[in-house]
Amino acid sequence: MSEPVTALHNASYTSGIAEVFEVGPIGMITLRGDLNAKPLRKVAVAAAGVNVPDQRGILTEGARGMAWMSPDELLILCPYDEVHARLADLQSATAKLHALAVNMSDARAVFEIRGPHAREVLAKLAPVDLAPGRFAPGTIRRTRMAQVPAAFWMVDDVTFRIVCFRSVAQYMFDLLKIAAQPGSEVGAFK
Amino acid sequence: MSTRLATGGRLLKKSQAVEFTFNGKTMRGYAGDTLASALLANDQMLVGRSFKYHRPRGIVAAGPEEPNALVNLGDEASFEPNQRVTTTELFEGLTATSQNHWPSLEFDVGAINKHLSRFLPAGFYYKMFMYPRSFWKHVYEPIIRQSAGLGKAPKTKDGDTYEHFYAFCDVLVIGGGVAGLEAALSAGRSGARVILIEQTAEWGGRTPVDGGIIDEADAQSFVDRAVAELSAMENVTLRTRTMGAGVYDHGYVLGYERVTDHQPGVAGPRHRLWRIRAGHIITATGAIERPLSFAGNDIPGVMLAAAMRDYVVNFGVSVGDRTVVVTNNDDAYLTAIALKHAGLDVPAILDARVLPQDSELMAQAKALGIRVLMGHAVSSVKGGKRVTGVVVCSQAGEGAVLEEIACDAVAMSGGWSPVVHLWSHCGGKLVWDEAHACFNPDPNNPPIGADGAGFVTAAGAASGMFQLDDVLNDAHAAADGVTRSLGFKTPKDAKAPKGARRDDAPMMPVWLMPQGASAKLREKAWLDYQNDVKVSDVRLAAQEGFVSVEHAKRYTTLGMATDQGKLSNINGLATLANAVNAPIPSVGTTTFRPPYHPISMAAIGGEARGAVFQPVRRTPLHDWHDANGAEWEPVGHWRRPYAYRRANETTHDAVMREVSNTREKMGLLDASTLGKIIVKGPDAGKFLDMMYTNMMSTLKPGKCRYGLMCSENGFLIDDGVVARIEEDTWLCHTTTGGAERIHGHMEEWLQTEWWDWNVYVANVTEQYAQVAVVGPNARKCLERLGGMDVSKETLGFMDWADGELGGFKVRVYRISFSGELSYEIAVDASHGRAFWDALLVAGHDLGVMPYGTESLHILRAEKGFIMIGDETDGTIIPQDLGLSWAISKKKDDYLGKRAQERSHMTDPNRWKLVGLETVDGSTLPDGAYAVGEGTNENGQRNVIGRVTSSYHSPNLGKGIAMGLVLNGPDRMGETLSFPGTDGKTYEARITDPVFYDKEGEKPNV
Repeated sequence: MSEPVTALHNASYTSGIAEVFEVGPIGMITLRGDLNAKPLRKVAVAAAGVNVPDQRGILTEGARGMAWMSPDELLILCPYDEVHARLADLQSATAKLHALAVNMSDARAVFEIRGPHAREVLAKLAPVDLAPGRFAPGTIRRTRMAQVPAAFWMVDDVTFRIVCFRSVAQYMFDLLKIAAQPGSEVGAFK
Repeated sequence: MSTRLATGGRLLKKSQAVEFTFNGKTMRGYAGDTLASALLANDQMLVGRSFKYHRPRGIVAAGPEEPNALVNLGDEASFEPNQRVTTTELFEGLTATSQNHWPSLEFDVGAINKHLSRFLPAGFYYKMFMYPRSFWKHVYEPIIRQSAGLGKAPKTKDGDTYEHFYAFCDVLVIGGGVAGLEAALSAGRSGARVILIEQTAEWGGRTPVDGGIIDEADAQSFVDRAVAELSAMENVTLRTRTMGAGVYDHGYVLGYERVTDHQPGVAGPRHRLWRIRAGHIITATGAIERPLSFAGNDIPGVMLAAAMRDYVVNFGVSVGDRTVVVTNNDDAYLTAIALKHAGLDVPAILDARVLPQDSELMAQAKALGIRVLMGHAVSSVKGGKRVTGVVVCSQAGEGAVLEEIACDAVAMSGGWSPVVHLWSHCGGKLVWDEAHACFNPDPNNPPIGADGAGFVTAAGAASGMFQLDDVLNDAHAAADGVTRSLGFKTPKDAKAPKGARRDDAPMMPVWLMPQGASAKLREKAWLDYQNDVKVSDVRLAAQEGFVSVEHAKRYTTLGMATDQGKLSNINGLATLANAVNAPIPSVGTTTFRPPYHPISMAAIGGEARGAVFQPVRRTPLHDWHDANGAEWEPVGHWRRPYAYRRANETTHDAVMREVSNTREKMGLLDASTLGKIIVKGPDAGKFLDMMYTNMMSTLKPGKCRYGLMCSENGFLIDDGVVARIEEDTWLCHTTTGGAERIHGHMEEWLQTEWWDWNVYVANVTEQYAQVAVVGPNARKCLERLGGMDVSKETLGFMDWADGELGGFKVRVYRISFSGELSYEIAVDASHGRAFWDALLVAGHDLGVMPYGTESLHILRAEKGFIMIGDETDGTIIPQDLGLSWAISKKKDDYLGKRAQERSHMTDPNRWKLVGLETVDGSTLPDGAYAVGEGTNENGQRNVIGRVTSSYHSPNLGKGIAMGLVLNGPDRMGETLSFPGTDGKTYEARITDPVFYDKEGEKPNV
């Protein structure tokens, strides 16, 4: 098999008010099922290596992690080259449950924005309260950025990870470059 | 003449001289000037011509209410028309040109209109330009556009960038005058998250200009203290140059920040549109002074009294050496006093009131030696392009001349109106304030939020408070009430600062000056400067029956210009009320709509221009297509290659080449855009039997079936191949445009109707790059890659299998939309490009050649396969398309079944799908109609069918088409006539829609 290639070949933009990187590929598995059912939670924890997060939560441990996506959907994160093994485990572990596990790693593009103005860059594109104290590491938000669906969470206090569909990776990158253009600091977050 | 004074100018940085040009003439100002103050400092009194009569016009105001002084600003990529000089901060190198003049500002041919004003009354356009109809387009409109019209449209692409910003707060305070500052302080101290925005570059509003005293010190020291305290608060965001543009439901507010207008060339966006979600909104937007309606009140040099004060105090600019003040209230006396203190002459104050004793300000004015004439008025202003004097009369009379006073400026004040726009945007009601003759926000009828409570509170002058003490107390109390209702607590010891009270005499409403002004004077008394509406026009409208304020507004165009009647509104209403003999509150106001003041279209668009105007979806193979001559076709938001054009080839040539090659050798199609939806669960089979017209539950794992999807109204909405992956798992292919729509359709039924069915769906469209390998050599190519058995025996037609090809992990579907031997191969998107490259290498000597969407269309049309969106248009049912074979007779129900049994759907006269073959081999125009006998009730020829798809088939060497025809399948062999829009009539024979390989042997090898 060939080397996996991300949508933008890990393009980056570092001359603006925040640094923008296309990162990945990252292993991502969508798991749908009854999130209140113990067997499913057990399976999810085994696959992700972290606990099941609460509503709008994300828990990570290095490259592994799990995010709450909806009342019946979780996102499991893992290294890209492990995804087929994880998926096979999940599918056999959920064989007797009503659940759906599918590989979404290639369906998506992942970006990272870094720097003290990262919050502002995001607040130009997403209708989300990004003030410190209102949005912090541990939270994931599924929303839109300008005209496309996206989800994001904070890796640390100055770093966001953004996930969008692979087909609009170029659009997302272009958006982030404009939102991070030099001289566009807002200064709204003290 | 207007000039710069030696002293004064609290906002100027006199160390920093700035050069700019107006109509090509170089002028000088200072940093801190507005373009308005800088023009006046250079004696540029005449700044534009009016819309209709091309009258000379000067600056009237000092803020966003300015109706006259609009200019074209900048050039080339920074050109922008209709910019107000009063809200434009001066910067080095600014270039402005005046608007609406021809051939020049000083000499304007259009000014002849003023002599024709008798023939240009209210409603003139409606009366004059109705007949003959054809004249409108070819005669009237071009002339009107040439002679009227304000700024020019820009010719060059905007060189700046713009952006949005989403902000959230508990309390949004709009307006940074003393009321807004006090409200923000009070709210900020409670711990609430506060945003305070101010439209100008300066905090404090007009109180420092008017010399208000707060806590026994000048107002400026209060402003400085407040700004310092607010800046230090973690929970408060302060923003100057940011205007509250509109208030919308659910506490949503648009703020318009002019980031670099005052320093063009600096990096960063020019404007930023703040999209603010606030728990509560406090409008501390102040008040606007009203003009007085007297003859000649539009001559350059006649200015609002407070504006004249602003120019003297803020910018050290005098509008004239000798200024007559005319007023109906005490406030204008401040202007007379300020002018005197600046060393300028005030020959007289004409006060329309007759008062028993002097108020505080009147006594001050008299002590300065100013002549105060009570009960007096302006009969008319003398002058053309600038004021030369006023004719004085009694306010009570009809304008008989008492004396003439030579002067070069007139300061007028008709009282003040609170800025209620933002209060009113979401339905806040107004109440008439008899004492100040203005509409105030009615605190008992605020705009109501989702919880039934008001979400906007007016504060200070904006709520009808005119004494400084009242303003501060009102603002403090407003913020206090708001924060308490939001669950915050203000510290107990926090009190409003003490504003000094002034002992003012009551104002007197004056709607016409003099009150009995003759018709001749009324025709020169302007209400709406920008749209040239006079007192006489409103009276005429009332006389002609336009008594509703909304009708009178539209008939006369009062308040319909770019200033939206900020100055003319109340005066116009009062004039209308007088004309129809009704009290002003019963006439009511016109509707206030956002934005408060024009904002740039570009700010509304934000970042959405150029490359990111709209998202473009790209497949994993996009770059290859782009590098190999792809002509792009938009399909939904996707870009798909229409054809790959080679050097010296037309697009048509390329399509013909691709189609022939696919039939003869082998083609590759990027099918990644087709939707792929996983449906899984114990009830998945039952669910799919409802979704599709076919039976999907009986499909065996490892097999594929073509399926049709209908809406509950029976109409065909999507089609595609369904593969059963496992016992409880299916994969549904949708059309390119259908992936998100069908995914949503499935979720909706699962979530709202069949919530108790155990089914999960997932849209995995973008997980895969999918390539169709098509043509007689397809199998050979895959066998070269090797890794799995793709033989007829192991992988038959309509089978699928997981495996490996050339080292790639693949899922292979043996399906065909072309009528050829065909494999659709899905591979993880991150490997898609490498797989495509591998196919090109393996197929090199097998004649591999990618083909685009047009070839796909021709290949499927040759086989009579329908295309959603071509053969269907939302009104077509499967039965129309000869697809009854794909409708299960065994099922009790599926979406659309009952609808398809309704009489209109079973009508034998529904047009049905047939093939069409031109008699002469030419290609039918797509969408052409077949004509029948006779005409319909509109005298049009009856139609009996239409073309849904039409192509030239290189394989058959002739035009082929599909169409829907009345009783079509029963009329095989008949010839129909299709008149084209090219004047030619096409004759086509009705045939079977399958033109190629009718037995279907080619794919089944």
